[in-house]
Amino acid sequence: MLDQIRDLYQEVVFDHNRNPRNFRVIDDATRKIDGFNPLCGDRITLYLKLRDGVIEDVSFQGQGCAISTASASIMTEVVRGLTEQQAHELFATFHRITTGQDDDVKLEDLGKLAVLAGVRAYPARVKCATLAWHSLEAALADEATTVSTE
Amino acid sequence: MSIALAQRPRPVADPHHFDVARIRADFPILAETIHGKPLVYLDNAATTHKPRAVIDAISEVYQRHYSNVHRGVHTLSQRSTDLFEGAREKVRGFINAAKAREIVFVRGTTEAINLVAQTYGRANIGAGDEILITAMEHHSNIVPWQMLCAQTGATLQVVPIDRRGELDMEAFERLLNDRTRLVSVVHMSNALGTVNPIETIIDRAHRRGIPVMVDGAQSAPHMPIDVQALDCDFFAFSGHKLYGPSGIGVLYGKEALLKAMPPYQGGGDMIRQVTFDKTEYNELPYKFEAGTPAIADAIALGTAIDYLQEIGMTTVAEHEHRLLSYATERAMHIPGLTVIGTAHDKGAILSFTLERVHPHDVGTLLDQLGIAIRAGHHCAMPVMDFFGVPATVRASFALYNTAQEVDALMDGIQQVIEVFA
Repeated sequence: MLDQIRDLYQEVVFDHNRNPRNFRVIDDATRKIDGFNPLCGDRITLYLKLRDGVIEDVSFQGQGCAISTASASIMTEVVRGLTEQQAHELFATFHRITTGQDDDVKLEDLGKLAVLAGVRAYPARVKCATLAWHSLEAALADEATTVSTE
Repeated sequence: MSIALAQRPRPVADPHHFDVARIRADFPILAETIHGKPLVYLDNAATTHKPRAVIDAISEVYQRHYSNVHRGVHTLSQRSTDLFEGAREKVRGFINAAKAREIVFVRGTTEAINLVAQTYGRANIGAGDEILITAMEHHSNIVPWQMLCAQTGATLQVVPIDRRGELDMEAFERLLNDRTRLVSVVHMSNALGTVNPIETIIDRAHRRGIPVMVDGAQSAPHMPIDVQALDCDFFAFSGHKLYGPSGIGVLYGKEALLKAMPPYQGGGDMIRQVTFDKTEYNELPYKFEAGTPAIADAIALGTAIDYLQEIGMTTVAEHEHRLLSYATERAMHIPGLTVIGTAHDKGAILSFTLERVHPHDVGTLLDQLGIAIRAGHHCAMPVMDFFGVPATVRASFALYNTAQEVDALMDGIQQVIEVFA
């Protein structure tokens, strides 16, 4: 009966929710930022290790719903090794696919990030999917305060 | 001259035969389907749906009687004024206030609390004074007092709760002291369902001469209220949680207190005489009702009260308690489900968490089944912090809910657990 929800809750999402990747602390992180979604109380702490403008390592801790946990987990996988500029561009693309402004984006080029495109049909959940990404943007900008989705 | 809205068929008044099917037929929205499933609306603590009588009342006011109140000599203004003041009288009767002038129309409970904070509070609370609230307050009974504290130098004291979600009454008595200027307490917790012993709270506070404000947003729609028997000094509730329109609510205050309080907002209707040198304020309750009020909404709130009184608040409470008992029992048999809020005296709110499934995911999945619940912190973040959860799932019941809807909820939860297994 809940089959129709599979566009949002795909197996990849369940997998990353059950076993989040890079769910750890980076002791020698160069950036650390707290992300908070006041609507639902989701909190993540994002750790970044930048070297020469490249994301050498990235990890997160915290608690949230399946969508925000899976999104954070997938994000840490796809942005490792990217330059700051590449990560910034990927954030912009991700924001577009989660809000449905993606006529020019080929979902198949996005790999596992594309599984979160389903969130666009659930406007109340878009912020869950973008919390980690907003935190990443803020960390790259070196904003030392808590980032909020509001 | 007296004016009344058109008479409509009323719900059955026989308390021994509460016909929920007939009640449901009065609420047009309950016929809606959501994602192809019948709507199961269990978010009544957030807001309730409106019976046809209330919807029709708003329409009738605008189509036949509407004009501004307390102003014109023309017929429509008189009709609107009569209906508006008639609604005030209905509110008075509903909570058994002694006088209609003790009933102030506001936008809702939030505005009522802000009004008391900014008028009574500013006039009577100063540096070094204390305001006593509880750990289970809605943000609307926390933030207005924090703002007042910032303005005056007063401090906020908080009565703790225990793991069941009951107030620590010994701590309450300890926290009452010579510096306490006001106690403001929720009657029924929106996050936990706890019904607080406000009779005792009011009695203990009054022994020290301390006035008590009661946040009745959750209690007024679900149990009989008698402000004279309670002897509370202020009581606030919202129309939209009481099967009435949003944008209208009520502040009850004892006449002597309201009289002594400075006005809240300045403007039309709250004055008796204005010159550029001096303004003389209007009598109660108009002193607190600056500007054109929510006229049709207030009148329709009166209609909602008529509707409830026809059924009887005791009957409503009994029906909802039966649903809560049934829901709680079924919930206990679901592995991994933890009920948050297990007070002895509870209203019909079932707040819970599921192992391994975040409340927001539960909310989205249940919505696919047509079931509307609330997932989140319920504007009570300190309560969530106390229980160490970021959020809960909350099912809250109203007079139109059924045991079959409880079954739908519990079956839905089982499905959610299976999807996440």
